[in-house]
Amino acid sequence: MKDDSKIQTTVDFIDSQLPQQSRLSQSSLTFNEGIKSGIPIAVGYIPISVAFGLLAKSAGVPDYLSILMSLMVFAGASQFVAVNLITLGVMPFEIITATFILNLRHFLMSASISQKLEKSISKTWMSIISFGITDETFTVASLRSEEEVSRDFMLGLNLVAYSAWVFGTAVGVFLAPSLPESLKSSMGIALYAMFIGLLVPALKNSPPVLTVSLTAAIINSFLNYVPMFINLSAGWAIIISTIASSCIGAIIYPKGVKVGE
Amino acid sequence: MSKLILIVLGMAIVTYIPRMLPMVLLKDVKMPPFLKSFFQFIPFAALGALIFPEIISSTGNIKSALAGMVVSIILAFFRLNVMIVVLGGILGVFLYQLI
Repeated sequence: MKDDSKIQTTVDFIDSQLPQQSRLSQSSLTFNEGIKSGIPIAVGYIPISVAFGLLAKSAGVPDYLSILMSLMVFAGASQFVAVNLITLGVMPFEIITATFILNLRHFLMSASISQKLEKSISKTWMSIISFGITDETFTVASLRSEEEVSRDFMLGLNLVAYSAWVFGTAVGVFLAPSLPESLKSSMGIALYAMFIGLLVPALKNSPPVLTVSLTAAIINSFLNYVPMFINLSAGWAIIISTIASSCIGAIIYPKGVKVGE
Repeated sequence: MSKLILIVLGMAIVTYIPRMLPMVLLKDVKMPPFLKSFFQFIPFAALGALIFPEIISSTGNIKSALAGMVVSIILAFFRLNVMIVVLGGILGVFLYQLI
């Protein structure tokens, strides 16, 4: 008994002497927490990827190619656009360019999240995690209240989102025609509802967050509806709105904002 | 190699590069305060732009989309779990379509 408590004290002592790194890693977010945070994304991805599989099939794209596209590209909007352009017989170069422009916003997101990830993550792991950056995984990870997000959390988050995307595509290709239309259209709101679920609690108590997100929404609506900009692609409209309103935010609030206050 | 596989490969490359480069290159970069603050605002700005105005065309019917949006905002306002906000939004649209 006495020996036990002695061992315990020694363990406590050793623990307190450990470098900060290993104590930090105790509080780092786990793989399972990543999976849990990814579930709302999966719910949103399933109907969209099912719709993608369906569309690709009805456009005459071979089954294996739709699934390959979801496996390798993993980017919603550009996959829809690509299938559309393929059926129109557009040149591969133009399809690839359209994809590039549509996904250029991930450049900003990747730069932003590089500052939120744990510093100990190696470049190799960074390059693996980065494959899973989407609008949804990026916002979920960025809005965690923790100071830093771990590698394992990102892997869990990405895995759930990616699996749902690929699984949904396969469902769409093989058996979606039997799904009721009303259910499919109701689920179209899923990802937007998730964005709302992430954004509203953050802007409730933070004037800077409210200002910046509202400005972005206004600029994006402007770019969508004003005739002069109607030819601007959705990708560019989102990039311009995001950069402009973040810039305005950084000018008005140079100290930035703490997530999860 | 078939033309279609070429398209998918090209798409995969141009999608992966913008995702990967900043994360790998900026990993250890100490940013000046203005840029730091700029990048802190990016998620909120992106959310604003991603939600609006696309949400109103997400269900193929502006009114049902607005119904889902209002339900989601109310649920999110009370800090309910994101999963509940998502299911509430879907249910809002579904019920609106029924009536």
